[in-house]
Amino acid sequence: MSPHDPGSLPVAQLAASVGAGRLGATAAVQASIDRARDVGAGRDGLNAVISSDDEAALRAAEAVDARRGDAGDAAALRLAGVPVLLKDNIATVDLPTTCGSRILEGYVSPFEATAVARLREAGAIVLGKTNMDEFAMGSSTEHSAYGPTLNPIDRTRVPGGSSGGSAAAVAAGVTRIALGSDTGGSVRQPAAFCGVVGVKPTYGRVSRHGLVAFASSLDQIGVLGRTVDDAALGLEVIAGVDPLDATSADVPMPSLRGGLAHVSDGLPLRGLRVGRAKEYFPAGLDARMREQLDAAFALLRVAGAQIVDVSLPHTELAVPVYYVIAPAEASSNLARFDGARYGARRAGAGLREMYEHTRSEGFGAEVTRRILIGTYVLSAGYYDAYYRRAQEVRGLIAQDFSRAFDTVDVLLTPTTPTPAFAIGAVSDPYEMYLNDVFTVTANLAGVPAMSLPIGHVDGLPVGAQIIAPHFGEPAMFRAAYALERALAVEAAA
Amino acid sequence: MAVTEHDVRHIATLARLGLTADRVPALVAELNGILAHMDVLAKVDTSGVDPVHGVGAGGMRLRADDGEPYPMTRPRESFAPEMRDGFFLVPRLATHADEEEGA
Repeated sequence: MSPHDPGSLPVAQLAASVGAGRLGATAAVQASIDRARDVGAGRDGLNAVISSDDEAALRAAEAVDARRGDAGDAAALRLAGVPVLLKDNIATVDLPTTCGSRILEGYVSPFEATAVARLREAGAIVLGKTNMDEFAMGSSTEHSAYGPTLNPIDRTRVPGGSSGGSAAAVAAGVTRIALGSDTGGSVRQPAAFCGVVGVKPTYGRVSRHGLVAFASSLDQIGVLGRTVDDAALGLEVIAGVDPLDATSADVPMPSLRGGLAHVSDGLPLRGLRVGRAKEYFPAGLDARMREQLDAAFALLRVAGAQIVDVSLPHTELAVPVYYVIAPAEASSNLARFDGARYGARRAGAGLREMYEHTRSEGFGAEVTRRILIGTYVLSAGYYDAYYRRAQEVRGLIAQDFSRAFDTVDVLLTPTTPTPAFAIGAVSDPYEMYLNDVFTVTANLAGVPAMSLPIGHVDGLPVGAQIIAPHFGEPAMFRAAYALERALAVEAAA
Repeated sequence: MAVTEHDVRHIATLARLGLTADRVPALVAELNGILAHMDVLAKVDTSGVDPVHGVGAGGMRLRADDGEPYPMTRPRESFAPEMRDGFFLVPRLATHADEEEGA
């Protein structure tokens, strides 16, 4: 990418240029289409983008350019001409929504997700849909019916998951922002593996209308961005209450971009208390990961933050709790894929056999496993031992966060225990689940969290996670902007 | 707690999943491998803790039960495999004839 390439422009600058008429939306979209071809983003390359319609995207871009000419209102569009990609579990009326599953092959939604409608209203251009672990169940994007996505940093490695297609596409420079969904870390973990920014907002901050449900009490649509500012703009546009999602919160979204402001004394984090929770730095954590995090804490301290040791004692229970609650909710949510309501119908003698054929042929191995686990923990005789108990321990995990946030404003942790692993390296299901050990807690407590790249181990990106209290995105982004800037200054020195 | 082949077949029936016989032993091993990690939850003292059913601020809002259905961009017929007289057709569940045959 040259400095004059629209794809190299930060989202805010690109939208301003398109809005002011210095750059055509069509040129911006064409640059993304060219970039997708050059890096091989499609099925025969990275396999990050699994469906797209270049002509429709260019027509939408022409419409943005025309609005600028006729009504002169393109200047008010916050994402004028900004190309975006969407995870394939977010409903669109003009492209398929398959959830990476055979059962939804070719399915086109008759309505659009609220987050997508808001992106389009802001002038963004949908370029395509991205690959994912089937129904968002996975941490590597290897469990897609459409084949694995490759990590653009090292194509022998996984991009993380389940929003691996979105993370890989942003890392490869196809678009500056993409939407993902995060139920247990599915935006933050792939962001860390691919060296980009990934945000899971507070539960209720973004409407789930049009997001195909996996675990409804944990799911949130999130934003992957090239930079903190790209992600901030994307989140500001999609956030807000929605009458079509009764769990969306009527809490105003303050500007996240205040963190960009220059601070006269050079201490942008003066007064901010950053927690270092010992449970996120276990004895077995890779020493080089620990070093990267220690360096990040040192930069935050230089920026004026106060580092405070805290404890969240129930953290180690989060993975077992998550892998009871998420499959339980999934077993209920995925009941609708039965060949009658949704899903490619497979014939059978009678209704039950039709259901069973449709579901056994349509779902992959991991989805089948999780539906079985979920059905088991909700079944008579096991409900109290597993599901009810998991809900109680979830309460303890939420309590840990509310106590920690009595003494600190945000927490800084590793996003993942390791950098991206090799494709095919993790075959045991539970070993795969342990990838989520640092990320599932935020979903269980409903608090916002984001990952940003802080360095490399063996040439692979490492992410740091910032976690904030409910609706604490402004403090989270303030820390993220400062850390990103300090890292850039350090790299330039 | 561990699941048996009988349990796996039973929960597969509850979940409307057709499992071929050769998949069952592997699934028993996989599910037991996963469930073994959940046993730790039984040892946690949760006395006095309320189970969390959701994490939204103040739970779900109610709205008036009125208004137009959500507008769809395509007619229903376009995504139904079969329709007749404005109704979706699904495979036959049972008929009076079936009942007589079974009797």
